[in-house]
Amino acid sequence: MSPLLRIENLSVTFATRAGPVEALRGIDLTLGAGQTLGIVGESGSGKSVTAFATTRLLDRAGRIAGGRILFKGQDVSRLSAKEMQGLHGAAISMIFQNPRAALNPIRTVGLQLADALRAHRDLSAAAARARALGLLNAVLIRDPERRLDAYPHELSGGMCQRVMIALAIACEPALLIADEPTTGLDVTTQKTVMDLLARITAERGMAMILITHDLGLAAQYCGRVAVMERGRLVEEAAPGRLFAHPQHPYTKRLVAASPTPNSTLADLVGEMRPAGAGIPAAARPAPPRGTPLLLEVRDLVKRYGSAAAVDGISLTMRPGESLGLVGESGSGKSTTSRLICRLIDPSEGTILFDGQSIGTVPARDFHRSELRRAIQIVFQDPNDSLNPRFSAFDSIAQPLRRLTDLRGAALRARVMESAERSGLPPNLIDRFPHQLSGGQKARIGIARAIAVRPRFLILDEPTAALDVSVQAMILHLLDRLRREDDLAFLFVSHDLNVVRMMCDRTIVLQNGRVVEEGASDTLFARPQSAYARELLAAIPHFEPGASLAATA
Amino acid sequence: MAVADRRFSLGATARRAARRLLSSAPVLFGVLVLTFLLMRVLPGDPAVFFASGPNAGQAEIEAVRKQMGLDRPIPEQLLRYLEDVGTGQLGRSMTTGQPVVKDLRERLPASLELTFAALLIALTLSIPLGILAALRPGSAIDHGVRLLCSLGVCVPTFVSGLLLIYVFYYLLGYAPDPTGRLDVFAASPPGITGFLIIDFALTGDGEGWRAAAAQLVLPAVTMALFVIAPLARITRASMLAVLGSDFIRTARSLGLSRTRIVVTYALRNAILPVLTIAGIVFSTMLGANVLVEKVFSWPGVASYALDALLSSDYAPVQGFVLLMAAIFVAVNLIVDLLYGLADPRVSIS
Amino acid sequence: MLGHLGWVLRRNPLTALASAGALVLCLVAAFSPWLTPYDPIASDVPIALQPPSAAHWAGTDQLGRDLLSRIIAATRLDLAIALSAVGFSFVVGAVIGSFCGYAGGKLDRAVGRLVDVLMAFPLFVLAMAMVAALGNRVENIVVATALINLPFYIRFARAEVNVRRDLGWVEAARAAGESHAAVVLRYLLPNILPAMAVQISLNLGWAILNAAGLSFIGLGVRPPTPEWGILVAEGARFITTGKWWLVAFPGLALMLSVLCFNLMGDGLRDILDPRQRT
Repeated sequence: MSPLLRIENLSVTFATRAGPVEALRGIDLTLGAGQTLGIVGESGSGKSVTAFATTRLLDRAGRIAGGRILFKGQDVSRLSAKEMQGLHGAAISMIFQNPRAALNPIRTVGLQLADALRAHRDLSAAAARARALGLLNAVLIRDPERRLDAYPHELSGGMCQRVMIALAIACEPALLIADEPTTGLDVTTQKTVMDLLARITAERGMAMILITHDLGLAAQYCGRVAVMERGRLVEEAAPGRLFAHPQHPYTKRLVAASPTPNSTLADLVGEMRPAGAGIPAAARPAPPRGTPLLLEVRDLVKRYGSAAAVDGISLTMRPGESLGLVGESGSGKSTTSRLICRLIDPSEGTILFDGQSIGTVPARDFHRSELRRAIQIVFQDPNDSLNPRFSAFDSIAQPLRRLTDLRGAALRARVMESAERSGLPPNLIDRFPHQLSGGQKARIGIARAIAVRPRFLILDEPTAALDVSVQAMILHLLDRLRREDDLAFLFVSHDLNVVRMMCDRTIVLQNGRVVEEGASDTLFARPQSAYARELLAAIPHFEPGASLAATA
Repeated sequence: MAVADRRFSLGATARRAARRLLSSAPVLFGVLVLTFLLMRVLPGDPAVFFASGPNAGQAEIEAVRKQMGLDRPIPEQLLRYLEDVGTGQLGRSMTTGQPVVKDLRERLPASLELTFAALLIALTLSIPLGILAALRPGSAIDHGVRLLCSLGVCVPTFVSGLLLIYVFYYLLGYAPDPTGRLDVFAASPPGITGFLIIDFALTGDGEGWRAAAAQLVLPAVTMALFVIAPLARITRASMLAVLGSDFIRTARSLGLSRTRIVVTYALRNAILPVLTIAGIVFSTMLGANVLVEKVFSWPGVASYALDALLSSDYAPVQGFVLLMAAIFVAVNLIVDLLYGLADPRVSIS
Repeated sequence: MLGHLGWVLRRNPLTALASAGALVLCLVAAFSPWLTPYDPIASDVPIALQPPSAAHWAGTDQLGRDLLSRIIAATRLDLAIALSAVGFSFVVGAVIGSFCGYAGGKLDRAVGRLVDVLMAFPLFVLAMAMVAALGNRVENIVVATALINLPFYIRFARAEVNVRRDLGWVEAARAAGESHAAVVLRYLLPNILPAMAVQISLNLGWAILNAAGLSFIGLGVRPPTPEWGILVAEGARFITTGKWWLVAFPGLALMLSVLCFNLMGDGLRDILDPRQRT
């Protein structure tokens, strides 16, 4: 039986300012009817480009340079726009990242569904509306009658993605391509959306291609997984075999670098082992009893209008300790980190650092306090945490100029030292952010934070925007710096596997309140609260080495 | 089957309008105060003029000054001024001898007719051009539209008006004598709305209509030329932005027809910023009318105010400023409401 | 920096052309007394109202004065007014707008109201009133034009700062010990400069048009001082009798100068934006 989709030697080139760029260099893929294929890879691997090329939705600057895309025996790379229109939605559908942006903001959900239905079927407005209702039911949206007349901005991210799924399956296509469908969604929402997707495609006999950077997701929901690196397909196999015994060196690196519920920091192998990385990250001995608390937060509250983003949070930290702060969106973890870093003012509560009350010093004056240099912060998105007009040197030197007396040669020496400790090659010190990669920018952010020799470092999702292999290196780096400088860490993240690896203790937040806290290992192994259990259960199950019963 | 559209509830719209009006009140007040202060700074002594003449005795001038309240302290004068404005008294023009309110009422339709006609011409040309340019980026028409936009903002209205007169009146003889709204020998229609085009049409006077239209063409085109550029530019930019957005890609992936994508999905979204800009353009045109009114001797409010200003007759200028500010606020309000109706993301609050 | 400049100009020939044009204008303005073929204010009535010829490239006006010389002489005044007006309103507007966009709250709302009031005035009326009040001196025209421009810079700067206010590097600057004021002046303002640069050059063209317009209706510079608007006003009387050159050539000068500044604005953004540097 001929396969539903066969991609033969596909090449795609993009025209850019710097000349033509090869995004795909001859890839081969096959997919049978009703099967689920996962495509995994890091940024620049070309996984999304494959999807857009297959559906002929490439950006204006991209074009198919060679190869064939055979869908039910027909080469879609050669079809006209009109012929493609007939296939779109009726034979091949896509769902995208960022679901809210993917919906028309000024058109109701019901009308958009009706548009999708009537594009390929001859239906009256009333009949279309009835079918739309049926589709909303199929994607398990509660109160579908009311939702038909809702606008996208009135729906949550998860609901928007379900609407997106409803749109995609409206005309019963044979193939559904999902491009990072759960990126940006909370981990619990992610599970419900993926379960729904798996069930719907199974029920309707649809084939699915799942494109993701999350190996766990691919392992759990796909019958076969293909690994892509820099425009080439390097390996393909069933997930159990692929992740337990990877053959290709890149796959090995990728699997090793992906955090799992049981991995430790030493297991994450970075591409370039920084000097001293041979030392295993052994559990640090807890600071002796009686050591004065470094940080004490009591009943912290922050209100915006009538809503409380932070609603009575208390925590303590000892010098050199690492504390993880986990929660989903709206849990208040980012606000808490900004409050402790004194960038915003609390509505109520106390913050004591080294016994001194810093909560009473207004945020607008804290820059003058001598404790400013003791508390520093590393931000999430390296792309907007560096001043685009500052070179790497300027960015690292900036806090030194303000908070220390170092000038001239001494200043330069300290900047170079911080850069080196952060693994930034010295020849990049005069480069600007747009000339640097994500990982390099992350290192500059870290160098900037440690340059003033703080005692307490707040890390706000420092690796969330990084590829998994880069993340492995940065986590390694952070751990090493912590041990070398005896830094205390407040590690804010939504990624439970990472937090478990990096932090001695963990606090779980929900709706601005502390739900559970304890030593990381115990908390993750035996969560006490229902919410923590729910969070842990939602993480896609990824255990290389164990046998997986993958869904077909 | 009616789709319940909550956004269209009259009650909510009315509440929104009331709220916007309330928030515009401080602006109007600010304009009033600023105008008052500005006029106090201008040279020339109104008391002298209101007296029987420049030869009037000092005593008489003082009496007039007292009568006009000009000897009172400034805050009190301001209050009296505000009171006058509140009761619709904008003073009397010294050059025409009539109350300012009457003058403005007579001359406003002329300015409005010119501005509306210009806006209509501009929108009819710029929106399709902008859309076409966005649908075919990099094509000849795209380059042409961009060139037009670049050039359009460079030529001042008084130059283009004069050159148009030269070409169409002097050289080609198509246009009539570029003076005023109607030939001096032609009969005016009854003043129903004050808009000649409408009034002639209402009374069924075909010849009069043609004469009025012929006089209107050149000044309206002159004004339109200047605003076609920004309107076309914003249409093109807005359309391009929308065409490149995620939800258009979704629409394509679902197989929607090109017509539906361009018209229902792209255009409706792209038109929103154009609406805002059109409102701003309208208000600006009303104010910048003065140049075109001067070139074509168009009897509008702007030239009225200018003549008054040059003759040191300040009541008309004050009245003109207030009128313009009020229209500006009203136009903003209307645009805001229309935007609220068109875009459901705009919250009621 | 100069190397980068050369690279940008080579890539955008149109910008290079426009910049060259702008440069030529500035040079003409600077050296105008030496560039005029005839004395701009010397009248020679017998040769009044002559169309363009070999002796008088742009023809002569109603008093027999050489039009080309008057146009060249006017360059200095027009450019000076535009540059000073725009310079002033840009500096003041950018600072005010940046602080408002950063601070938000009461300050932002209060300034926003003031800007609304200013913008509710028809542009010309404000200029008209100011000039009428303070006299037809050049300084007053500059101030009036600057005041007209101010609201746009305030709003623009406010919007640009608002977008950047919550970015990581702004918070990082605070964590590095900078006060709020320093963050606005030393970090945010330089960052919004490329976007504002485009506004500046567009406004230069607009300021020239405004000044010319004011003179045209008699509220700007007084004759016999040569200024492009005045030249057009003087020529307006004769357009219906076919003396087209009196309007066309000053109009051309206006158009070319505005065009050059507008096109240069796009190029300016490329130069100042570090993202373009390789």
